[in-house]
Amino acid sequence: MSAEEMVYRENILAHYREPQNFGEFEIADICNKGLNPLCGDAVEIFVRLNGDKVVEDVRFKGSGCAISQASASMLTETLKGKSLEEVKNISKEDILGMLGIPIGPVRLKCALLSLRVLEGGIVKFEENGVANES
Amino acid sequence: MQLKEALQPLDIESLRKDFPILQRMVNGHLITYLDSAATSQKPKQVILALEDYYKRYNANIHRGVYKLSEEATQAYEDAHTKVASLIDASFDEIIFTRNATEGFNLVAYAWGLEHVKEGDNIIVSWMEHHSNLVPWQFVARQNGAVLKHIRITEDGLLDMDHFLSILDERTKIVSITQFSNVLGTINDVKTIGKLSHEKGAVFIVDAAQSVPHFAISVKEIDCDFMAFSGHKMLGPTGIGVLYGKKDILNTMRPFLYGGDMISEVNLDKSSWNEIPWKFEAGTPNIAGGIGLGVAADYLLGVGLDRIFEHTRNITKYALQKLSEIPGVVIYGPKEINLRGGVISFNVKGIHAHDLASILDRFGIAIRAGHHCAMPLMKRLGIQACARASFYLYNTLEDVDKLIEGINEARRIFGYVS
Repeated sequence: MSAEEMVYRENILAHYREPQNFGEFEIADICNKGLNPLCGDAVEIFVRLNGDKVVEDVRFKGSGCAISQASASMLTETLKGKSLEEVKNISKEDILGMLGIPIGPVRLKCALLSLRVLEGGIVKFEENGVANES
Repeated sequence: MQLKEALQPLDIESLRKDFPILQRMVNGHLITYLDSAATSQKPKQVILALEDYYKRYNANIHRGVYKLSEEATQAYEDAHTKVASLIDASFDEIIFTRNATEGFNLVAYAWGLEHVKEGDNIIVSWMEHHSNLVPWQFVARQNGAVLKHIRITEDGLLDMDHFLSILDERTKIVSITQFSNVLGTINDVKTIGKLSHEKGAVFIVDAAQSVPHFAISVKEIDCDFMAFSGHKMLGPTGIGVLYGKKDILNTMRPFLYGGDMISEVNLDKSSWNEIPWKFEAGTPNIAGGIGLGVAADYLLGVGLDRIFEHTRNITKYALQKLSEIPGVVIYGPKEINLRGGVISFNVKGIHAHDLASILDRFGIAIRAGHHCAMPLMKRLGIQACARASFYLYNTLEDVDKLIEGINEARRIFGYVS
């Protein structure tokens, strides 16, 4: 693989072609949607928690560029089994680490869209109180 | 119509030497700059003019009675004359603004708010840049008027039948782009202006994309206002132009109030300076204005007709080459005679931003996104698209590199041709 091709590593393209946890839940504890007006990327995330506020399952749906969709797919893969506190500790660096390619300042919004959507969903969830017992 | 002399083609090799940035290496490749519709590159003549002003005669204008100020004043005023000759206007009809956007805002505030009444309407089109849309949304909302939008045809042309159906005696403003920054469509502004005037409307031309690319006469178009930016026509950023007909400018109230735009100031009231200074409040962008004058001279020196011919040849070649790539969708008029040096397109299965990122790896700069024309994106049924735009310093080899880059992107994404 030439240096040029490294712009999109195979794992990004694999997630883009076949996103993990793609879909939606009708009922979810954490549910949020966000747009990146720059690219027209859209991501919606649905998270189900158990009674101990541990992620039981997660779905996302969206459309847009490979960076935004692959990072959303990768993010959902890491969520299952994590406590809400652990989820809140996921950082920008974690996302960039998963993508594994240099992301310029303009594309950063694409890369971090799903994390921002998730963070916004957690804020809403905590404002509304406890998780729905399922 | 006058018989045109056969045009000498551009001496592209020596012309490219005027643009130092074209020697820049990006990611190990000599830059291929295909985003002049966003901003053009600058010739060394313009860059040197800025340096020369700051090094030799930096002083405020219209104030000092000393050598430096006189030189600066003369150069800044001469720049208005140079821009005037570029669009066939007179010196006092040229107002220097920050950019085209500020030009539209000036008309919106100083003419629109005064003359548009409740129940009146303002007409723009579906293909307008946000700069020629959002100010009119403001005026319409503020004064209780209706904003109407000329539809576009499948081919990316203005639907003139629809225009005639929405144009009426209550139309106060018609503001239309001469050259779409997305579709590349060249609109017949002369006809639109004539129809608008018949109903008593003021006619405004968005010339941000057209002034850099073809010879323009405001007298022939017979528009009331025309707005454009300096940075798209080889000039510096932060300087733009609003042309206005003398009679209208003289009856308008100012836009911004303060220094330099006054003739006499008392404690409680003031009277206004003559045009164009009435509309250039405060110390202006002197260096930018002088640089813009040099850019206008440069364009006139090369010849707008030759520039147009050159970019059209490249566009023609690029349209042909792009259409040969499987999965490429091109937006805008199919007919080359109806379009200028802008091509928007998408490659099936590759988001425009991914494409732009991959091309950047090869030093190729294109635009990707909504191009400040979100309603048009909606009309085209897309979130974003890629855009390659050409200017006087581009070559057919630049197109070849673009095509190679797109093929490489298709390979990376698994679409092998």
